[in-house]
Amino acid sequence: MSQISLPDHAGPVETVWHWTYILICAFVFLFLIAPILVIIPLSFNAEPYFTFTKEMMSLKPEAFSMRWYEDFMAKEIWQRSIGNSFFIAFCSTALATALGTLAALGLSRSEMPYKGLFMGLLISPMIVPLVITAAGIFFFYATVNDYVPLTGTYLGIILAHTVLGTPFVVITVTATLSGFDHSLTRAGAMLGADPTTVFFKIIMPLILPGVISGALFAFVTSFDEVVVVLFVASVEQQTIPRQMWAGIRESISPTILAVATILICISIVLLATVELLRRRSERLRGMSPG
Amino acid sequence: MSELLTTVDGRPLKAALASAERTKRIRAVLLVMPLFIFIFFSFLYPIALMLYRSVENPLIAQHMPETVAVLENWDGKEVPGEEAFAALAKDLVAARKSREIGKVATRLNFETPGLRSVITGSARSAGKWEPPFKEKFLDRRKQWGEVETWATIKRLSPTITSVNYLAAVDRQYNVDGEIVKIGSDYQIYVDLFMRTMWMSIVVTVACLVLGFPIAYMLASLPLRHSNLLMILVLLPFWTSLLVRTTSWIVLLQTQGVLNDLMVWSGIIDDAQRVQLIFNAQGTVIAMTQILLPFMVLPLYSVMKTIPPSYLRAAESLGAHRFLAFWRIYVPNTLPGVGAGCLLVFILAIGYYITPALVGGQDGQMISNMIAFHMQKSLNWGLAAALGGILLGGVIILYWLYNKLVGIDRLKLG
Repeated sequence: MSQISLPDHAGPVETVWHWTYILICAFVFLFLIAPILVIIPLSFNAEPYFTFTKEMMSLKPEAFSMRWYEDFMAKEIWQRSIGNSFFIAFCSTALATALGTLAALGLSRSEMPYKGLFMGLLISPMIVPLVITAAGIFFFYATVNDYVPLTGTYLGIILAHTVLGTPFVVITVTATLSGFDHSLTRAGAMLGADPTTVFFKIIMPLILPGVISGALFAFVTSFDEVVVVLFVASVEQQTIPRQMWAGIRESISPTILAVATILICISIVLLATVELLRRRSERLRGMSPG
Repeated sequence: MSELLTTVDGRPLKAALASAERTKRIRAVLLVMPLFIFIFFSFLYPIALMLYRSVENPLIAQHMPETVAVLENWDGKEVPGEEAFAALAKDLVAARKSREIGKVATRLNFETPGLRSVITGSARSAGKWEPPFKEKFLDRRKQWGEVETWATIKRLSPTITSVNYLAAVDRQYNVDGEIVKIGSDYQIYVDLFMRTMWMSIVVTVACLVLGFPIAYMLASLPLRHSNLLMILVLLPFWTSLLVRTTSWIVLLQTQGVLNDLMVWSGIIDDAQRVQLIFNAQGTVIAMTQILLPFMVLPLYSVMKTIPPSYLRAAESLGAHRFLAFWRIYVPNTLPGVGAGCLLVFILAIGYYITPALVGGQDGQMISNMIAFHMQKSLNWGLAAALGGILLGGVIILYWLYNKLVGIDRLKLG
């Protein structure tokens, strides 16, 4: 029985409190989700306003249009931003996933010395304020630019985003490995499999959900990152968040709302994927769903 | 005593075990090393470099070597003699020739506003002058007759300096080399640090007040229902920060949805639309919504582990429902409360994007000032010092978090 439902013997005070509580929760959920939902209908506004027009309120079809989506498709700068964002996010995710998974495998072994210290250092990019990270990377790239050009190059942005993405991979994969039964690898080894076979045939399938969730987190981190891009990228590496940033600060146009709607759809897909993976992983490890 | 235990090939068992464990340890370390080396070179070293920037000061020593040498023996009491002016003329001419004079002037100007034009102006003229220099300098710019100007140069001559950190807490050296508060017109950073702390505390408390009820609801509903509601918490978590910030602008601006709604429903007049955004209030509202999931998730995972039978036991022992909740349930949630509050506070204190976009004048935080000095004023030393102080605070909080919660228990969705 849930603790939320009202017992039959509840008095008037409890009844009033109960409904107040439900109302408070409804308000908080609204506070969380309304800002995201309100943007979607507004992106179909036929007028260049950021609010609902009278015509929209009365649901006249001519008040809605796809013009901001068409604008988004037509502008070369947005197209390039999309390409850049995906390219940078894919590359940094691949790097972050490979490095993070290996490290998580090491960190979750009981023999690992100074585990807490290493874990703390490897997670720190997630905790240190982005402006500080970006400033540090800016100074660093400026000093090594003579040897490897990193300021204003794709490589520079990809490496910086990899740094920001690895903590997520380390956290999710370590979490998956925390319920991992190590006798499985020993059993595999005893049956004659070499460590590589054990890894790909036994460990990998079991931790794959964690790896993919971590990769998705890393992807979103890179895809949404703007501070490092502001500090070390050139115009050539314009990304979607960078372009949105410029749009909000300088020439605000409802095209941004169309882009925002597209990004919301992408996050819904990612969220669904991660949730499915989490449930699958918990089922595989014999934990209760949920 | 029994005989020494050995393995089949005759090695002492203890040694064999130790070597086997060493191999395992090395294997574990080898797995971690690639990421550690990567993080070391592209994160830890850059941060160290930034911290070094906050204390290094090569410019004056490098481009005004003669003046610095002469001023070494200067007592700082009155304006130095001809020797110093001759050295100054030599340095300024050389610096102008190597095109570094602008940097020198800017650096001195950060310390004592107004010196930029004094330096560049004098450097232009000094090339045509013949000794003695003192009078000509004094004629050109009266600042050369002030001890303050010379004290500034002397103060900036060491290659390692604390002036950036002093500036970051609204302090500077006076003519006598004592640390004093700067003029009240220039005092901004201490206030800004205070405001950043205050806004982060408000955001943290707001997240706790809003997050606690819904975490409780999520934890006590049957999974089928709570999973659906959980999506409402996780979707914002996965949605782009810029999208959510844009949404708040759309909702809260004076011609925005909320104001329209209030005018339409007759709560306010069209003429008295409320300024809800582009101020500190807007920043707090937007940041609360953005950081709320980081409060709800740790609270939820702790509440999930509290058996409902505790509450039933308390009630059956005669406690009122509310009393049982307050005395039994709430203390059990404290680990979650601590984890959530620390996490939200750590993330809030370094926030940059949202204050920059919706903060207006009084909603800016310390990160915005760091970005300003990095990109606009190009006072990198000061930016690094401000960053250093912020980083120090965050590291202390991170250490605390690790101590109280454990970094490996960080939950992501």
